[in-house]
Amino acid sequence: MTAKATAATGSLRRIATFSYSRPGFVLLLLLLPPMLWLGVIYLGSLFALFAQSFFHIDEFSGVIVREVGLSTYEELFTPANMDILLRSMTMAAFVTVAAAFVSVPLALYIALYAGPRLKAVLYAAVLLPLWSSYLVRVYAWKLILAKEGIVSWAAGSVGAQGAIDWALNLPVVGGPSLSTSYIGTFVVFLYIWLPYAILPVHAALERVPRTLLDAAADLGARPGAAFRHVIVPLIVPGIAAGSIFTFSLTLGDYIIPGIIGPPPLFIGQAVLAHQGAAGNLPLAAAFSVAPLAILAVYLFVARRLGAFDAL
Amino acid sequence: MTGEGAVPAVELRSVTRRFGAVIALDGISFAVGGGEFFGMLGPSGSGKTTCLRMIAGFDVPSTGEVLIAGRSVGDLPPYERDAHTVFQDYALFPHMSVADNVAFPLMIAKVPQAQRHARAEETLERVKLAGFGKRKPSELSGGQRQRVALARALIDQPSVLLLDEPLGALDLKLREDMQRELKELQRSLGITFIFVTHDQGEALGMSDRVAVFNQGRIEQLGTPDDIYDRPASEFVATFVGSANVIDGALIGAAPQRFALRPERVRLVAPGVAQLVPGIKLSGMLRDAQHLGADTRFSLALDGGQAFHATLRHGDEEEIAARGRLGQAIVAVFDRGDLKPLAS
Repeated sequence: MTAKATAATGSLRRIATFSYSRPGFVLLLLLLPPMLWLGVIYLGSLFALFAQSFFHIDEFSGVIVREVGLSTYEELFTPANMDILLRSMTMAAFVTVAAAFVSVPLALYIALYAGPRLKAVLYAAVLLPLWSSYLVRVYAWKLILAKEGIVSWAAGSVGAQGAIDWALNLPVVGGPSLSTSYIGTFVVFLYIWLPYAILPVHAALERVPRTLLDAAADLGARPGAAFRHVIVPLIVPGIAAGSIFTFSLTLGDYIIPGIIGPPPLFIGQAVLAHQGAAGNLPLAAAFSVAPLAILAVYLFVARRLGAFDAL
Repeated sequence: MTGEGAVPAVELRSVTRRFGAVIALDGISFAVGGGEFFGMLGPSGSGKTTCLRMIAGFDVPSTGEVLIAGRSVGDLPPYERDAHTVFQDYALFPHMSVADNVAFPLMIAKVPQAQRHARAEETLERVKLAGFGKRKPSELSGGQRQRVALARALIDQPSVLLLDEPLGALDLKLREDMQRELKELQRSLGITFIFVTHDQGEALGMSDRVAVFNQGRIEQLGTPDDIYDRPASEFVATFVGSANVIDGALIGAAPQRFALRPERVRLVAPGVAQLVPGIKLSGMLRDAQHLGADTRFSLALDGGQAFHATLRHGDEEEIAARGRLGQAIVAVFDRGDLKPLAS
């Protein structure tokens, strides 16, 4: 028994000694599984997607022609498809800006003003929705925003029905009811992605040393000036990180616009439609490449504007 | 020091601060004169930093009053007080250049950019950092950051400068240079400096007057000479420098306790003790500790009490004493060096 244990310890020790003197070997061992996953499954499928977008479909037979060309992209840039891209980008931009405006004050309050107890409660409140099904929450919003739903009932009982009617009569964003208008789509997108905007901003705020805020006040800065000159520059990377989440998640989502809002398609829905019944896999692939390209441009611009300088 | 009838730059009137059941400050009163270099010395948790934060405006008294230039500041926020702080961790804004950090108070006051940069450069020169304006704080050493923090707090000439453990994070050599520079800077600017430290050398070396804090109270307030030569209590005697606390009964005096500085004690062999004048206590020489310029000897007196003597390294007497480790020895001192302590 004792001898066996010693033997086991002995061989373990040999392995430990062997690997201690060869850090490269340990690194290889540690990185092999994630590298396989990332390299083959993740990047591989992404490459397949990218390659697929350069093929095109034969208009008569409906068969995919495996020849590299740009005809699928020509199809992507037809007015009908451009509409889908522009609609998705506009929605993503509005959701991103609104999420930043909602998340910064909230994160500011949680990080700097709430006591330890309230902080835990608020933090849980931000995270709690992520523990329940996304689909259930979207359908819940359908009920909240429906014509006879909670919002219009509440607005009616405080005499604010006029405000809702006014909003629904607006061109483009209006509609027969909140749940079938772009206003509804926007509200639900904002609700669903808000935690992803709050968390990075909050993390950035927690990293700001409190003495910097003391120093700003000490040197004459009122709270507003301290916010502009000290807090905002230091949390811009957090805001940028959050905006990447809200922007890309909105750009690719195909469930929310299918349940809430008017019939016209968003990018995700177009991908779904083309790879399914239509069987136009190349066009679906081209639609999927579009958000990647848009995000690449977005990141490039954000970096140029110095969003990551304080990292 | 405060002239007759002059308004103190900073005054605390019976200030008490409670944190729940804990009393951090217990009825503190003192006044700091215009242009004075005032030190607040004490162990951690003694209330000195709370005092500083109250003058800066980061904390408010539970009861009592804080006055700056004769005006009660009540719960005036920090940004409306004519006092700036040099923080212990310097609190430089990491996203701004050194020049922008230094010019921060001017930017807040909406001084035009060109003027603000000129004054930042001037102030940086003052703290011997000319030409460092374009760097980021992260590219500076600890000592340089300290100077930037100093420049930033001085650029708009506040009437009071508060320094929280200003030299705490610097290494020894730098600390000594900086002590001298701070003192010179304070003299040339004529601004009231109030600083907090737990280092007695710093407090005695820089201050015009020192307040010694202990458990939320001021044990003694006076010039460095007062504090060192005439300690008011056992706490002050042992916290500022080291001291032997001697019971009067031991030397045939009234039931009174005395402080005796170890450097005022001589050590002689028992055989020659009767030739040396002064009060004598015999004991056993236990240990010798090298302190660089001095050697600190630990004795056990005949009654068992611990006793210390400090002799200059290399002196005849010190060499002789080191030869008597583990043997009987006699400590000799003058009656005049015994400082009576309040009980």
